[in-house]
Order: sequence, then C-alpha cells, then structure tokens
Amino acid sequence: MIGRASKARSSAERRVLDEAGGLRAMTWVMAIMLFLTMLAAALGLATAGAARLLDRQLVGRLTVQIVDGDPVRRDAVAVRVLAALRTMPAVATATPVDRAELTRLLQPWLGSDGADPQLPVPAMIDVDLADHDEAAAARVATSVRRVSPIVRVDRHESWMSPVNDVMRSLTFLALALVLLMASATAAVVVLAARAGLETHRETIAVMHMLGSTDLQISRLFQRRIALDATVGGVGGGIAALLVIAFIGNRLHGLGSELLGGVTLGGIDWVVLALLPIAFVVLATLAARMTIVRALRHIL
Amino acid sequence: MANIVQFENVGLRYGTESDSGPGAGPETLSDVSFTLRSGAFYFLTGASGAGKTSLLRLLYLAQRPTRGVIRLFGEDTVVLSRDRLPGFRRRIGVVFQDFRLVPHLSTWDNIALPLRVAGMPEADIEQPVREMLAWVGLTERADARPATLSGGEQQRVAIARAVIGRPEILVADEPTGNVDPDMAERLLHLFESLNKLGTTVVVATHDLHLRGRIPGAQMMRLDRGRLLDPTGSLRYPPTRPE
Repeated sequence: MIGRASKARSSAERRVLDEAGGLRAMTWVMAIMLFLTMLAAALGLATAGAARLLDRQLVGRLTVQIVDGDPVRRDAVAVRVLAALRTMPAVATATPVDRAELTRLLQPWLGSDGADPQLPVPAMIDVDLADHDEAAAARVATSVRRVSPIVRVDRHESWMSPVNDVMRSLTFLALALVLLMASATAAVVVLAARAGLETHRETIAVMHMLGSTDLQISRLFQRRIALDATVGGVGGGIAALLVIAFIGNRLHGLGSELLGGVTLGGIDWVVLALLPIAFVVLATLAARMTIVRALRHIL
Repeated sequence: MANIVQFENVGLRYGTESDSGPGAGPETLSDVSFTLRSGAFYFLTGASGAGKTSLLRLLYLAQRPTRGVIRLFGEDTVVLSRDRLPGFRRRIGVVFQDFRLVPHLSTWDNIALPLRVAGMPEADIEQPVREMLAWVGLTERADARPATLSGGEQQRVAIARAVIGRPEILVADEPTGNVDPDMAERLLHLFESLNKLGTTVVVATHDLHLRGRIPGAQMMRLDRGRLLDPTGSLRYPPTRPE
C-alpha cells in the first residue's frame, strides 16, 4: 500500500492542477498561434532578405541611352560615352547592348519592323558600378550627361523601387503580425491562468493556509502552462517549418529571379527555430505575472 | 509558560475593509481580548453564529481584524506584511470544519502537503507521513482520494495534515462534528498527545462534554461576538511557574 502511495506522490504537486481542462486546451491554442506566428515571421524574414538582395543588385546598375534620330550621330555619341565610362574608376564594366538583342526585345511590339536600320532606336549601354552606393551612381550619371545632352541615364534602382517598397511593406506587415500573435498568445495565457485560478480557488486557499507563498503557487501554474506551451510549441513549430520548407522549395522551382530571392538564410532559420522557445518563455512569464498579481489580492 | 497569542480589543466586521465604511455589516466580533499561553489547551464554545469560526480565522491568519491588535508569536500580525504571512502560517496547524482536502490528491499526498510546502526534501517526507498515517489509523487508505473516504476518515486526514508539521499552535474548528463518539474520543486523544508535546491547542466545539475529557483545558465562551471573561483570567492569565 505504502509502495503504491510512494509512486502516487512522485508528481503530487503537478497533479494538484491536473484536472484543469482549460489549461489542457492551451496546448492546441499554443500550437496554432505558434504555427501562424512562424509563417508570418518566415514571410517577414524572406521579404526582408529579398529586399536587401534587390537593393544590392539594383543600386550598382545603370543603363545609358543615347536618343537621337540620326543613327550616325547617335553611334558617334555612344562611342564617346562608352569611352568616357570606361575611364571612370567608379565603373566596373560598361557594355553596349547589342543591336540584335535590342531588335529581339522590340519584336513583340514592332514585329519584323523592329529590324529596320532606319528605325530610331536608342543606343544603349549597360553599366555595372564598382561601388554599390547611390552617391557613386549619381556621380557617374552626372559625368555621362556632360558628354552630350542627348544622353539619358536610367538607374535600375528607380525602376524597381515600387517593388522594393512592396517588399518592405510586407516585411513590416509580417513584423506587425508577429507582434500581434505574441500579444494574443499572452492574452490567451492570461485568460487561461485566470480560469485556472478560478477553478482552483479552494485549493489555493488551502495552500495559502498551509503556508504556501505566492511564488510557490504561481510555480504550479507556470509549470503546467510551460508544459502545455512546450508541447504546443513543438507541434506548431514543426508543422510551420515543414510548410515553410515546402513553400521555399516551390518558389525556388519557379526560376524567377525576383521570387527566387524570397528565401531564408541560415540566420533566418535560427530565428525561426528560436521562436518556439521565445513563445514558451512568453507564456511562462505571462502566467507568472498574472498569477502573482491575482494572488496579491488574496490575504 | 509564555504568551503565544494575544488579542486586544479585536473587532471584526465583514463587508468592508474599514470598520466604518459604506456597506459595513454588524460587527461579528467586538472587543475580543484574551491571551493564550504556550502549551495550553483551550476549548472555544458558543452558539451557532457566536463568532467562533471568525475568531479562528483571525487566529490562523485567514482574515485581518477591522480593529484591535493581534499578537502572534510576539509580533503584531495586523500590520504584518503579506510576504511574511506564509512563515507564520507554517507554525499554525488548522483543521477546517469542512476538511478542505485537495480533491485530486491521495490521502498520502494531502498529509504530505505541508511538508512539501515547507520545502522538505522528498526523502525526508516519507517517514513522518508513514507515522502520521499510522497515528490516525489510515495506513490502508494511503492511496485513496478524499471523495472515496468517509466523513470520519476525511476528518482524520485533515487532522494528520494539520499536525504533521509539528505546529506551535493547532486550531481545530468543530473537529468532532462529523464523527461518532468513539472516534471523537480518539481524535481528542490525538490532540491531547500533541498538546503534551508542547503544542497550544484551540478546539472550537459545540460539545460541552468534551471539556471534561481534557483535564486542565480552559474554556473560552463567545456570545454574539463577545468573549465572556467575567474574571478577566482569559485576558490576564495567572502567571504560573515555568
């Protein structure tokens, strides 16, 4: 009899709260919240990474156009511009766009007429800068315009800035979602802890009369909530990681240069892996603060 | 014997924290003054509604009075900070009228609870719980949950839980109310044994016959919230040689 009793008492303190169904539901709530939070975080991390990649790729690229109806004058200016670009230390490469390539690009709109040599198509030079910063791009553009007034400089950065803005907006949206999810999780924990307190009001009163401190009582709830949050966090976290990996794989498979950049780096995966731990810590702290604050109102 | 408890002009009114605030009810206890000597045995009697349970609640620190001074173990508990209450409560064993056993825990775990609360290592808990189970005759019911115990068995679990921590004061509210006369006799014998070990015992009861069972026990009688003390011996107990 005593032997059985010994076994029964091994987890006695934990079992004081075992009948709390409300806390059990926490496992599912935590799993769902963490799943959604990790998806939002992955979206934010991936779009932030893509925006950074786009920045790096576009800031250092320019296209110089020489627009003139006279092909001879146009080509002469193109040669002077190309020569000038190649002397500039800020320019890594300056490559004239092949006429055949331009014809191919115009074909969807002009058909076979695009190959007409009399067609006043601008001459174009692709420029890659040695320094990928805006100041260098501005200096190069100013110098090139001095060669001739018919020269136009298009900075790729300005073409793609709306896309970059969308990426950044998505990143902020994802961050906001993560914060909202964390707040909602804390609120759920607070409600669960209050429900637990109500359910165990009598037991808590007895524990107090036996000399339990508020921290001892809050520890019982903390342990329960931390356990539920851990089980839910692991389940939700694994599900989220599988979904993220699947979607990442699909994006990669599209072969799109833009969407291909929406991927997660090593640090991003570490951040995602740390989220479940952060959630358990958040849940435990929220439970502790709620319980201790509530117990202060009881003598 | 030293004084272990001292009540001075204690008043208790439910319904408000201040004794004159809005919503205040009538005083449940009025001008209660007495002194309990360490190691003595007291019976607290009075009709239903006289204030026995309220007085005991003040004694085991479940309630603060609305006025007056309560000194416990030499300290004024009325102004005692909340953080220090657990330390005081661990020195007081309480047998509640309605037992208040933790329903999810076995007999063993209910009895072991005060020791666990006090932070005693698990290895040191087994022996005293085993002894206590034998003392209250519940060794065979160690695994049982409170719901499966009879009223008398629950009463004994509650008593075992109250005394396992060797409290300096034992407060029992109608501890023999749910048991047959034989069991009442046995329980009283348990209290007497504990009292002989030096514990101050305060038993609230309707049963005036119990008084005769404990030679030397003192009677405290409440009448409509006032402690009857015509000779003043409760407030100023005669000094005895140590």
